[in-house]
Order: sequence, then structure tokens, then C-alpha cells
Amino acid sequence: MLMRLAEGAAGARILAFGGYQPARVVTNDELAATLDTTDEWIRSRVGIASRRIAGPDESLADMATAAGGKALAASGLSPADIDLVIVATCTPEAPIPNTAATVATRLGIAAPGAYDLNAACAGFCYALSAASDAVRAGSARNVLVIGAEKLSQWVDWTDRSTAIIFADGAGAVVVGPVTDPDEGPGIGPVVWGSDGSMADKIAIKDRDSFLAQEGQAVFRWATTAMHPVARRACERAGVHPTDLAAFVPHQANLRIVEAIARKIGAPQALVANDIVTAGNTSSASIPLALSKMIERGEVGSGAAVLLLGFGAGVCYAGQVITVP
Amino acid sequence: MALTEPEILAGLGEIVDEVAGVPADQVTPEKNFVDDLDIDSLSMVEIAVAAQDKFGVEIPDDQLKNLKTVQDVVNYVRSAEVSA
Repeated sequence: MLMRLAEGAAGARILAFGGYQPARVVTNDELAATLDTTDEWIRSRVGIASRRIAGPDESLADMATAAGGKALAASGLSPADIDLVIVATCTPEAPIPNTAATVATRLGIAAPGAYDLNAACAGFCYALSAASDAVRAGSARNVLVIGAEKLSQWVDWTDRSTAIIFADGAGAVVVGPVTDPDEGPGIGPVVWGSDGSMADKIAIKDRDSFLAQEGQAVFRWATTAMHPVARRACERAGVHPTDLAAFVPHQANLRIVEAIARKIGAPQALVANDIVTAGNTSSASIPLALSKMIERGEVGSGAAVLLLGFGAGVCYAGQVITVP
Repeated sequence: MALTEPEILAGLGEIVDEVAGVPADQVTPEKNFVDDLDIDSLSMVEIAVAAQDKFGVEIPDDQLKNLKTVQDVVNYVRSAEVSA
């Protein structure tokens, strides 16, 4: 018996972006009121001035739905056009049900494939790659990809090493097929990997634990091992670093962002610094930062942008995308 | 061939200047990184990484907390060179 294969698209591209941040702003001074820290100390160590924290009744699915809804509206597609929903998150409300099916139903997307994906702070880049592959393989025509996190529920608010860093938010993109063969793919090949020997460097050990990380070890890894990944992602896409309009790495810590940016050889590229007012939102940070840069008109249509996610696992992934 | 103490000190001065913007001539043996040179724990990691490139001596994170002064790093690099 000869089986038929699905017919896929020649390439996949990002059609639209959307971001969502909770209303509640938490300033450094507010944290300094209960923690042994200061605004100046936080800014110098991690580069954060303020962050957003979800309200008590605001769920992960609420934030994911808000960001996903914006991306869907901006794409011009109708809910019926979406046949796969991927939510990258490491902070689901519960192991089951997954977040993606709930979000899909709330957005009026009937019966899509729906799954959550956990690659921590690299989650969005993993999910974007999975979406691109699904479109190219013919498993889906249009995919809603959301990175969403409610890290505040896993943070020990008396631990100044983590309370100053982590935050809540969501970002989303709609991925669809490349229709004009001359325009080329809008999502370049992914370069990804992991190293489980560093699993204990960033971890929530069990359900009764808070998020803990070994700051120096993570800093060393991110500032020495990630720029080669970024450069390989450029190579695989056939894009020279000097051709990048922007570099949007995971917003881990402004000093990590700046250290990696210095090493990729793209001095002209605008470097995302959304962490200053958004904090570290793990898998949400890249789409959130990029959606704001596009909204502000900082990167134009057709621009090449390098994405780079990295974090717990440790897991990492990077790819070059073209701005819709 | 192992580096001399003045050579390590000079190399370390360049590193600290590059990482933290502290002029190399201020990087003298008795200086405490945190108290005198205003260098924090993340900059110490950057110094350790740069020292590895320059001197070929790995300074793991768990050793960093013991390296409080410039002289401590010079001694560490020298002893690691000898045992290498």
C-alpha cells in the first residue's frame, strides 16, 4: 500500500504579532520596601526598572488569550483559518488540561491541534520552529504561536536574587505559508540544543519549591555559549550579522543581552531591551519585545531580525526571521 | 612558559579595564574587587572568562568567592599554571 504525504508550503513566515502585559506595574522601589535591595542595585545588576505582575485573578490562559487575540486580529485571518495552536510556557496552571486548547476555544478557534511546549526561556523559538515545520510539512496551514508566563506564582518574594528579575506577560505570532515563491522564507532554519548536565542551574525543584537559579553559572553560560549559536543561526539562514536590522534575544538580564550582542558582530543591529520595563518573562519575552519594536516602527517590513532564546534545561534556540 | 607575576598583573589590569572600565593602573595587588574597585559578582564572572582566554587558566564559579583581591587572582593563576 502506498501512503500519501501531506502537501506542505515552500516556506513559512510570520504574518502578525501581538503582546500583552498585565496592568500592575511593580517598581524597584516597591520591591526595595520589603527586600534588602535598592533601585540602583537592581538596575546595575539586571537592568530592570520595573516589571509587570499578573493580578490575583489573572490566569496564564487570560494573558495568552489576550496576546493571541491581538496577533490573530492583526493577521487579518479569521479563527477558522487557524488549525494549530502552540503555547510555549513553563508555568502552566496545572499539568492538565494544557493551556493551548483552552486558549483556542476562548479565541473561537474550533478544534485546532493544540499543545503546550516547555523549553523554558527558549520556548518561543522552539515553538516558532515547530510551527514553521508544521506549515512546511503540511500538518497545518496557519499556526498561532504564543509564549506566555506567570512566573510570579513561582517566585519567592522574599528572595532578592529572583524577585527582582522575573515577571509575567505574553507574546504571540501567527505563522502562515509563504505564498509568493520569490519572497523567500520568513522564518529561517533553527539552531537549537540543550545540556541536561546544567539542569540544576535554573530550576523549580518540586511543587513546593520556588524558582531558584545559580546566577553566576547562568551568566557564564549565557555570555560564553550563546553567541556562537546566534552566529550559526545567521549562517544557516544565509544572512550576515551585519545585515540584521535587529537582535531580539531572550530578555534574561540586560547585562547578558548586551554581552551577547557585543559578540555577534552586528554593531548596526538594534538590540531589544524590553527587560527594562517588562522584567524577565521567560518564553514571552521575545515575542513581547519584538511586537513592541514593530509597533513603535523601530523595525520595518522585510527587515531581518535574529531571535535567540536560552534558559532552563538548559535549552537554547535561535533563528532569523523576516518582519511581516 | 609560565607568566611572571608582573605579567599576570598587567594582563589582569587590561581585563578589569575592559570588563568594568576601571583604569588598569588602579588594579594593584592589594585592591579588593568589591570594596575598592566596585566590581560585582557578574563582572567577576566576566573577568574569570577573560582570564581564561588570556592566561589559559580556568577559574570556576565556586572559586570566585575566594578571590577577593587582585593578588588572590594573581596567585590563583600562578598556582594553576604551575600545576598545569
